[in-house]
Amino acid sequence: MDTCKKDMNIVIVGHVDHGKSTVIGRLLADTNSLPLGKLEQIKEMCRRNSKPFEYAFLLDALKDERAQGITIDIARCFFKTEKRRYIILDAPGHIEFLKNMITGASRAEAALLVIDAHEGIRENSRRHGYILSMLGIKQVSVLVNKLDIAGYSEEIYNSIVKDYTEFLSAAGVTPVSFIPVSAAMGDNIAIRSSNMPWYSGLTVLEQLDAFSEEPPPDDLPFRMPVQDVYKFTSSGDERRIIAGTVESGTFKVGDGIMFYPSGKKTTVASIEEFNRPKRTFVTSGYSTGITMTEQIYVKRGDLAVKTDEKPPVTASRIDVSLFWLGKEPFCDNRRFFLKTGSAKVPMRLEKITYVLNASTLEKTVKQSVEKNEVAQCTLALERPIAFDISSDLAGTGRFVIVDRYEIAGGGIITGTPDGGKVAETVARRNFKWEHGGVSLTERMERFGQKPLVIMITGEKNSDRKTVARALEKSLFKSGKAVYYLGIGNVLYGVDADIKTGHSEDRDERDEHIRRLAETANILTDAGLIVILTASEIDEDDVYLMQTVLGEKIFTVRVGSAYDKEPSFDLTVDENDANAAEKITRNAEII
Amino acid sequence: MDHLDRLENRSIHILREAYSQFKNLCMLWSIGKDSTVLLCLARKAFYGHVPFPLVHIDTHYKIPEMIEYRDRLAKEWKLDMIYGENREALEKKLTFPDGSATRIECCKNLKTEALKNTLSGEWPRYRLNHATGKYEKDANTEPYTGVIVGIRADEEGSRSKERYFSPRDKNNDWDIGDQPPEFWGQYKTDFAPGTHIRVHPLLDWTELDVWEYIKREGVPVVSLYFNQGDGKRYRSLGCWPCTNPVESDAKDLDGIIAELKSGKFANIAERSGRAQDKEDGGGLEELRKDGYM
Repeated sequence: MDTCKKDMNIVIVGHVDHGKSTVIGRLLADTNSLPLGKLEQIKEMCRRNSKPFEYAFLLDALKDERAQGITIDIARCFFKTEKRRYIILDAPGHIEFLKNMITGASRAEAALLVIDAHEGIRENSRRHGYILSMLGIKQVSVLVNKLDIAGYSEEIYNSIVKDYTEFLSAAGVTPVSFIPVSAAMGDNIAIRSSNMPWYSGLTVLEQLDAFSEEPPPDDLPFRMPVQDVYKFTSSGDERRIIAGTVESGTFKVGDGIMFYPSGKKTTVASIEEFNRPKRTFVTSGYSTGITMTEQIYVKRGDLAVKTDEKPPVTASRIDVSLFWLGKEPFCDNRRFFLKTGSAKVPMRLEKITYVLNASTLEKTVKQSVEKNEVAQCTLALERPIAFDISSDLAGTGRFVIVDRYEIAGGGIITGTPDGGKVAETVARRNFKWEHGGVSLTERMERFGQKPLVIMITGEKNSDRKTVARALEKSLFKSGKAVYYLGIGNVLYGVDADIKTGHSEDRDERDEHIRRLAETANILTDAGLIVILTASEIDEDDVYLMQTVLGEKIFTVRVGSAYDKEPSFDLTVDENDANAAEKITRNAEII
Repeated sequence: MDHLDRLENRSIHILREAYSQFKNLCMLWSIGKDSTVLLCLARKAFYGHVPFPLVHIDTHYKIPEMIEYRDRLAKEWKLDMIYGENREALEKKLTFPDGSATRIECCKNLKTEALKNTLSGEWPRYRLNHATGKYEKDANTEPYTGVIVGIRADEEGSRSKERYFSPRDKNNDWDIGDQPPEFWGQYKTDFAPGTHIRVHPLLDWTELDVWEYIKREGVPVVSLYFNQGDGKRYRSLGCWPCTNPVESDAKDLDGIIAELKSGKFANIAERSGRAQDKEDGGGLEELRKDGYM
């Protein structure tokens, strides 16, 4: 039966004009995979326009493309052998269209990389090779094309094999094979060529069938990004269904499930279905939906994992390898959004470790990443997210970056700068948290407010405490449940065991900040608005506190107008009589 | 997981993604087999509910059986059913059957223009009132920002270049030269005011997949697809003046599947019965750039 045949997506990449579309056109024609009349139709069109027929025209079905003679976008071709069904993705070789090449390649299990024997290895032969390795495509076969023009020379072929093998090994790719071909003449595509008796390896068609299928990631830890939570009450359906697609692993009814980054725990009560018998077990790749035994608050962006398996990493700063596709460069002066799984968080570029020339593999240190460049960076997220390190679990270890309305980059997570230690503590704390008899929602209704942390900072002798006290008084007067907590209130009590007096010790300072945030966390859980004060709080401190609190905190810097700090939510002058009112309004407390 | 499971699950993922990301979402339902499969996938994705309106562009040249079928399913499945039309062109008879427009112009008037103005809310939309069973002018004129469409990549050249989430600008235009990147299951769901996104959950399906799924899931389809004893059936449904039935003995789903697999249609394009494609250089590209589905 046809439906039992396995599918495989193959992407075909390489430098512009090296003959990718011709390879596909030839494959389709030589295996009788074209719709009846298509070949004749294109030949007729060429005759009418007095153009020599090319196999590439079969693919370049768009008029725009025929005019320009290059593939603008990925075209999909369906194609069958005895063994399996193929979807061949023709990715553009022009540098301008790297985003389209990535779109095609990211869907593929294996790749054919075409190099023109006559022109040799070019910029995109290398760049595409490198990107394939970043996309995690392990099976690459290199086709050395147009050997007819190169006189079917074994020498030319061998020299390309040697040079390109060296480059690929530096980029971390080991090709499964090299094949000498001429797509235009049909040599070694579907039919073994008699023009190159010196080659005894596979034809392209044989190579396709020789690629191995990647097993579904069922043996890996269970990961399911929460896509949505459904409750169609208005249609009389009372079920609360957590919907998502299983990225890796498996789960069954009765399994303990934990949602990250919050660390909340429940058990799978049922696996929901429509128009098919209910399942008790789900494997990777399924778009599924579950109900839970305890009704905990879960939202889109959470990552569901099993309680008895390896937990994901939770952090708000991440080290990444990325490629940039945006029209405008990637730099640290603007806010972007990071999307991973179903989570989407505001972020900034914190640091560029180096920019890599994907063609020469040279590293340079720069202030921004330009279009089509590859870089190693540190990203700072506005709140912590749950993910995996790409080398552990590829599916939950990758992300894209959105610049305004566009996906402008993507990459893989290689690590965390602070090792994610604090985030781990936070996840454990949430897991072990003892709930009282009164819920936070009930407290919020009683107090008529949302709990919030406001951090008021400034230089050492700034008047931040006066501003903080005025704010506390004003909120208290308007009926809010509010509490002032200076860092001094924890330093000599909660922190007495670690307080040394060497405030320049960064590790000690981080621990003070962490404990201050943990104390604030108890107060916000009690439903309070908490006003913190501490001097010289910087961006790193804010990230640390947000990691502990799991929420965005509102930051205020007290100082004069000229030392405005863009990374703070608000800057107020120390003599500003309306400071309290400004903070109240900007933090949206009322 | 077999081939149809894989297709089904990816489509459900895309439908759920669209539902979570677009406030004003709708699904186009042409009554044909593809968009009916899409409708059934939506019912699976949302556990028996279809939490967005279904929009049908009524050219008034559809085969009458199609409209009966539409309203029957809409009532049975409690669908939020909406239709739109180009009333002016119909009144002024600016159509191909009236002899005052070419096939392409007629498609532009009755489909493309009607679709554009129905989606933007500039022309009236008619919504099914389930209490009365009648269509009423809809008070909601907000533009749809997400539009789910059942096109497939294997249908013709320009569709093979589509994205799952494909942006359209203020004039409904599709910029084929500058499409968003789409990888790792991350889609373009952010869009500038005035623009909208077309969502294509069936992009990876083939005609054969659609029929095999219809059989597996028991999807109801219009009987026009089957040979009713006259040796003819419709392979693709459109307006009656421009869609011709094909010669076929296929009287049921097995017959159609056999015909597509190894029989007479194994190598003949599905839309070969659609006359407007041929006038458009065989590419449908001109129509699609302007917003044709």
